[in-house]
Amino acid sequence: MNRLLLNKLILILSTLSAVIGISFLFWILITLSYKGISALSFSIFTHDLVEGGIRNLLVGQFTMAILASLIAVPIGMMAGIYLREYGHGTKLASIIRNLSDVMMSAPSIVIGVFVFALFVAPFGGYNGWAGVIALAIMMIPIIISTTDNMLALVPQELREAGMALGGSKHKIVLQIVVRAAKVGITTGILLSFARIIGETAPLLFTSANNQFFSMDLTEQFPSLTVSIYNLATYPDESSRDLAWSAAFVLTVIVLCINLLGRFVIRNKK
Amino acid sequence: MSKKDLVMEVKDFSFTYAGVDKPSLNKINLPIEKNKITAMIGPSGCGKSTLLRAMNRIHDLYTGNRYEGEINLYKEDDSIQNILKLKKENDFIQLRQEVGMIFPKPTPFPMSIFDNVAYGLKLSGLKDKAEIEHRVETALKGASIWNETKDRLKKSALGLSGGQQQRICIARAVALKPRVLLFDEPTSALDPISTGAIEELISELKKELSIVIVTHNMQQASRLSDSTAFMYLGDLIEYDKTDTIFLNPSEKLTEDYITGRFG
Repeated sequence: MNRLLLNKLILILSTLSAVIGISFLFWILITLSYKGISALSFSIFTHDLVEGGIRNLLVGQFTMAILASLIAVPIGMMAGIYLREYGHGTKLASIIRNLSDVMMSAPSIVIGVFVFALFVAPFGGYNGWAGVIALAIMMIPIIISTTDNMLALVPQELREAGMALGGSKHKIVLQIVVRAAKVGITTGILLSFARIIGETAPLLFTSANNQFFSMDLTEQFPSLTVSIYNLATYPDESSRDLAWSAAFVLTVIVLCINLLGRFVIRNKK
Repeated sequence: MSKKDLVMEVKDFSFTYAGVDKPSLNKINLPIEKNKITAMIGPSGCGKSTLLRAMNRIHDLYTGNRYEGEINLYKEDDSIQNILKLKKENDFIQLRQEVGMIFPKPTPFPMSIFDNVAYGLKLSGLKDKAEIEHRVETALKGASIWNETKDRLKKSALGLSGGQQQRICIARAVALKPRVLLFDEPTSALDPISTGAIEELISELKKELSIVIVTHNMQQASRLSDSTAFMYLGDLIEYDKTDTIFLNPSEKLTEDYITGRFG
């Protein structure tokens, strides 16, 4: 009887914990949807921040995140390939792997400060490139780690089989091993993109914000997340409403990218 | 047996894995006859797979292993190449095109059936599309899987059954027209029917090339092979015609293993 009782107790406790955890999540989502949707209108997508819209912010945020991905994906993938396929077992590789893991958990504000010191202060002001670099720095360790882990899942026999057919190492790595890990790596890239698209701290004092539509990365650059931060602190009702709808739009975007990531996995398996 | 009938010969070969002091193979001597099937049997850990994997230097995927002695490859132009002397990547590639390998688990690449079989050909530098198509078809027919795959060549090879995948792997190796094909327990992951198909295929293949097969299954060795080598704890205990090994072995250890007294 004691055993059954304990089982029941643990079942109740764990269910309760799950309910508490999930209810906070739903609370956030419901508040966000309620406040966000009620302030949402089509016109915010066609106007810039200066006219009470978020068009320039969306374009700015995506521009920076896409440019950051263009930098981070090749570097991160190549580093991951080095760690697993070339440097595996060496001291250098294990140092890089550990550093990259540390970087992954580095507070994003620290990365912001670092980029500020290197790419903002010396150039005389906030600029879009600094934001791009900060986001890329955030993204690289995530991509290194995903690539490394996904390549580790590729069975060793596949490498041996490629080798036994007379393949050179780089061909086997690129044409067979990376291809076998393609789904996992793609998902990792999507998830890391979803992660950086919602970042505020690295942009706060690198690219800062811009009320106007701008594609000039040498100047202050429009950002959705930084705008949410700013708007939410303004005293007037209309600014805070815009902050809610911007937050709602951001959440939907991140959710969609995450779902896309899952869809990629499921479709392949 | 004159040298003319040999395609490979292992001479006083010792092998030590990286980071280990004791060799895993001690002074092995083993001839590999042309157009014959040579089986290697022995209990787990006897070194039969280690020996097989030395014969196309697949061990060199990992660093730090030590070789001693000779493994000679008798080339078509009657020259002799000691494959343990090879150092450059290009030489390894050349060797592996001549000495192919089939693994215990099927290893289809994540690409279409056609591309799987064409992959080795493309690696070897063949570019002529018509020639590639012709060689792929011949190889698939040779691996008796043409009828099952001819309508789905563009589909992923990962969708095939285990036995079919293994035959794709054999087709892939055969397409390169190797002179020797090394089979490392090729049916250990397959059901009896697929095993039967693969065995039939192996006996068919010896018309074209020479075969070395490592197997845990003594019936398989006796059914398939012309000669058999029995190995135990890194030593080659006995090598002879398969009939002799199974019916009238000269070593007590061989007899004990064959009759199932250990192993």
